[in-house]
Amino acid sequence: MKNFLLLALLAFLAACGAPEDATTAAAAPSFHAKEVQAHYGEGFAMTDHLGQRRTLADWRGKVVLVFFGYTHCPDACPSALYRFSQVMELLGREAEQVQVLFITLDPARDTPEILGNYAPAFNPAFLGLYVSPERTPEMARAFHVFYQVTPGQTPDRYSVDHSVSTYAYDPAGHLRLEIPHTATPDEVADDVRQLLLESG
Amino acid sequence: MRIFFLFLTLLCVPPVGAEVPQVQVTDAWVRATVPGQQATGAFMTLQSAAPLKLVEVRSPLAAAAEIHEMQVDEKDVMRMRAISQLDLPAGKTTRLEPGGLHIMLLGLRAEAKAGERTTLTLVLEDAARQRQEIAVNAEIRPLNAPH
Repeated sequence: MKNFLLLALLAFLAACGAPEDATTAAAAPSFHAKEVQAHYGEGFAMTDHLGQRRTLADWRGKVVLVFFGYTHCPDACPSALYRFSQVMELLGREAEQVQVLFITLDPARDTPEILGNYAPAFNPAFLGLYVSPERTPEMARAFHVFYQVTPGQTPDRYSVDHSVSTYAYDPAGHLRLEIPHTATPDEVADDVRQLLLESG
Repeated sequence: MRIFFLFLTLLCVPPVGAEVPQVQVTDAWVRATVPGQQATGAFMTLQSAAPLKLVEVRSPLAAAAEIHEMQVDEKDVMRMRAISQLDLPAGKTTRLEPGGLHIMLLGLRAEAKAGERTTLTLVLEDAARQRQEIAVNAEIRPLNAPH
């Protein structure tokens, strides 16, 4: 009788647990940003503003946020980088597991020195990356990022139209999300936490 | 403090010529730059009593200033174009603000340092094609700050 009661209790507990497990299983991890499965830019060699040769594999174990732009950009680029500085603050200690990269689409004007002044102005951990002007079209193709140089009133005053989405790579180094420029810092922080959680 | 500066900004819009300005400029600011950076944006709110056009901007900070229109399309691509003039319809508020219109300052002669102030000269043209200039005192706001 005693054993029977114990079994009944166990069965009851198991039954109680079951629906909860089912709910958990049904709620697949969802992201605010658009999910993508691609290998854009993985393995592509660049140089950081400190002169070190880099590929995305250097940041395995971290979530990597990649934004493309240029320092002549008066509005969209600083707004995006400011947003990521807010994301880092929201993440607190988890920010150590995040690397923000600013890849220039205008290396002719964005010297390593300027990139080195610019990216860390938003957060000391942010890195500016570049390839030579000759290899920049190849870099943009590798990352599937759109950009187009628009002539200005003088040859050195051109502007660069470009994609303002941000790529998020998970700690395993896979491209997972395309974050729109309209995403709020809270939404980006949520998505970053989710990517970190998945990797355990 | 901010209100005080706004008040100062309002005070600092005297006519350069003899005419009384028909336009009120508030909340004028320039985004700070880092050393070596060659361009930045200036923003402000304009309200005109009569139909005017903003046809030119000058800044002691920059070799050139252009009026730019920025848009982000449905594919999340940012496109920026210089426009030759900006209509300021009578009685309406025109905002030059992040995400839309701005004054592009090009060929910076010096770093735009946060906390300092600078002057922007606006050249306005009325319906009779008479031009007037007004000087706007703008605050330089940090690069890494909400705007």
